[in-house]
Amino acid sequence: MAEEKNLVEVSHLKQYFPVSQGFHKVPLKAVDDVSFTIRPGETLGLVGESGCGKTTVGRSLLRLYEPTAGRIVFDGDVLFDSGEQYDANGEVIRDENGKPVIKNPVKKKMLPYRKKMQMVFQDPYSSLDPRMTVEDIIGEPLDTHHLYKNKKERREKILALMDTVGLNAEHAMRYAHEFSGGQRQRIGIARALAVNPQFIVCDEPVSALDVSIQAQVINMFEELQEKLGLAYLFIAHDLLVVHHISDRIAVMYLGHIMEIADADELNDNPIHPYTLSLLSAVPIPDPETARHSHRIVLEGDVPSPLKMPTGCPFRTRCRYATEQCAAQRPILTDRGNGHMVACFNK
Amino acid sequence: MSEEEKYILQVKDLHTSFFTDNGEVQAVNGVNFNLKAGETMGIVGESGSGKSVTAYSIMQILAETGKVTQGEILFNGENILNWNEKQLEKFRGEKISIIFQDPMTSLNPTFTIGWQLIEAIRLHTDKDKKQAWDRAVEMLTLVGVNEPEARMKQYPHELSGGMRQRIMIAMSLCCEPDVLIADEPTTALDVTIQAQILELMQDLQKKLGMAIIIVTHDLGVIASMCDEIMVMYGGRVCERGSADDIFYRPAHEYTKGLLRSIPRADNMKEKLIPIGGTPINMLNLPQGCAFCPRCANAMKICLREKPDEIVVGEGHKAACFMNVKEAFEEKEEA
Repeated sequence: MAEEKNLVEVSHLKQYFPVSQGFHKVPLKAVDDVSFTIRPGETLGLVGESGCGKTTVGRSLLRLYEPTAGRIVFDGDVLFDSGEQYDANGEVIRDENGKPVIKNPVKKKMLPYRKKMQMVFQDPYSSLDPRMTVEDIIGEPLDTHHLYKNKKERREKILALMDTVGLNAEHAMRYAHEFSGGQRQRIGIARALAVNPQFIVCDEPVSALDVSIQAQVINMFEELQEKLGLAYLFIAHDLLVVHHISDRIAVMYLGHIMEIADADELNDNPIHPYTLSLLSAVPIPDPETARHSHRIVLEGDVPSPLKMPTGCPFRTRCRYATEQCAAQRPILTDRGNGHMVACFNK
Repeated sequence: MSEEEKYILQVKDLHTSFFTDNGEVQAVNGVNFNLKAGETMGIVGESGSGKSVTAYSIMQILAETGKVTQGEILFNGENILNWNEKQLEKFRGEKISIIFQDPMTSLNPTFTIGWQLIEAIRLHTDKDKKQAWDRAVEMLTLVGVNEPEARMKQYPHELSGGMRQRIMIAMSLCCEPDVLIADEPTTALDVTIQAQILELMQDLQKKLGMAIIIVTHDLGVIASMCDEIMVMYGGRVCERGSADDIFYRPAHEYTKGLLRSIPRADNMKEKLIPIGGTPINMLNLPQGCAFCPRCANAMKICLREKPDEIVVGEGHKAACFMNVKEAFEEKEEA
């Protein structure tokens, strides 16, 4: 099989935030060594509990945060590279003084790439400026990137976008607060589509919506993908929604990816103990299945990312944890057909 | 024992309105239900369906602008709407208690967990401080809080969301109420924590035998927890029945639409079928069936009249004219 070109390549992405603890600054490792790829027209679902760093991955990928380390490649162009080198075990290669070897760091200006990669936010209430009309909200990216010749063309483009996402053109002069949650999310999507992107990071785009409206928005994402060939990074905590929309799914825990596989494969044949318990915890909307299913209830809470366990981040709640898990961090290994799992025991 | 006395809680023709600057919002329009002791009932609906307002009406904790305008709420046969504030104070917490969606905002951030638990216990019993402390520790142990003695001295912000929700459950159960109302108890929590809390609630129900009313929008939670389900839309009950009735034999167009619109194991490869239109505006309720403007199969009669609940099976009722479609079609033709 010929190597298909990846649209997005993220490798060894790290995002640390400094947190004050008394006199000291300690790094909060929100994302710690995350690698994945997204092909053109593909949807990668990213699931995990709150605080696992899934939103941070989305934002660092677009460089809304400046990554601490790692390499981000979009459509063949290196957007960011902190220049660290890695050996086969995923360890940073260090020189004799113990400092990481840095080669060719890259920091590209992002503005030209904003046209190609966009984002849809979780909360359709706070992500739209209440003092702008819908026309101005959708028009703003057109202004920024000078995508029209005259006022008439700008207006035509905006109306076409509103039509694409199923908004009534008569509402162009209204303000965001006059719309319902589902319609506001459509405005947010139209804004993202305005620059004709190839790739959209969707950060929990349906979580704030009512069940009956969720399906409308999910369908719209799917239709837009078919029509425009978009690739998505679809971040959500609702596993059923993610399974429905995604081609592949990555499961995150405490800033690390534990498992990546095809959506169906992950659902039918989960390998990592965390994925297993996560899937079994999802309440299935079917009384018969619910009666016979067995929840694997995890003990305790997610550890604080400030006090990350050594080795495997999941070992404190894992039934299979051994000494090796405490000593060494498992890296993702291929278990066939691109089903990647980071676990020693499974 | 007569038929009436079997029920611990009966709600009859409940109407609750909010009197806002924009006019009267009829949040609940004629809700009826009976709850048996030890039973788990689910109320499911989207935001604005009146499910939470129904719960708040039972607890009599409506906002100042809200008022029960019609109907009865009978607890063990007594209408609580006739009670004064003092009687209600005894009733809340002791007979019926409630846990809310957001465990952060429902605990007081300025007092320790122990202080808040002891306050609740001493309000309803004549235990002294020491006994109340012991009782609080006992309750924390019951809800699976580790190191309960240490937790008693901590403040809410020091605990995780799941832990806080456990504290809320402990607080609501410390007087062993007959009914526990859980208003979206797990919506703010992660799935793995949600599983812990749901398991805990089922466990405690077995131990303490209280009846539970779960108010939620999550059909998954409902399916795994409830004996009886009530589906609400626009302030009215549109369908009620057992979990199997609702999920396998839905008889109301809204319930059917809801089930088609959620991703399930059997429709992963298919397109979801959304419910069209936008959520209902409670300030401007349609004359006929509230769901009518979004219903693909609406008939003429749906525009004119509000459907009554029609029996479609044993213990299964739906307020939808589609179930008596033939009768109306004949009439329209004639």
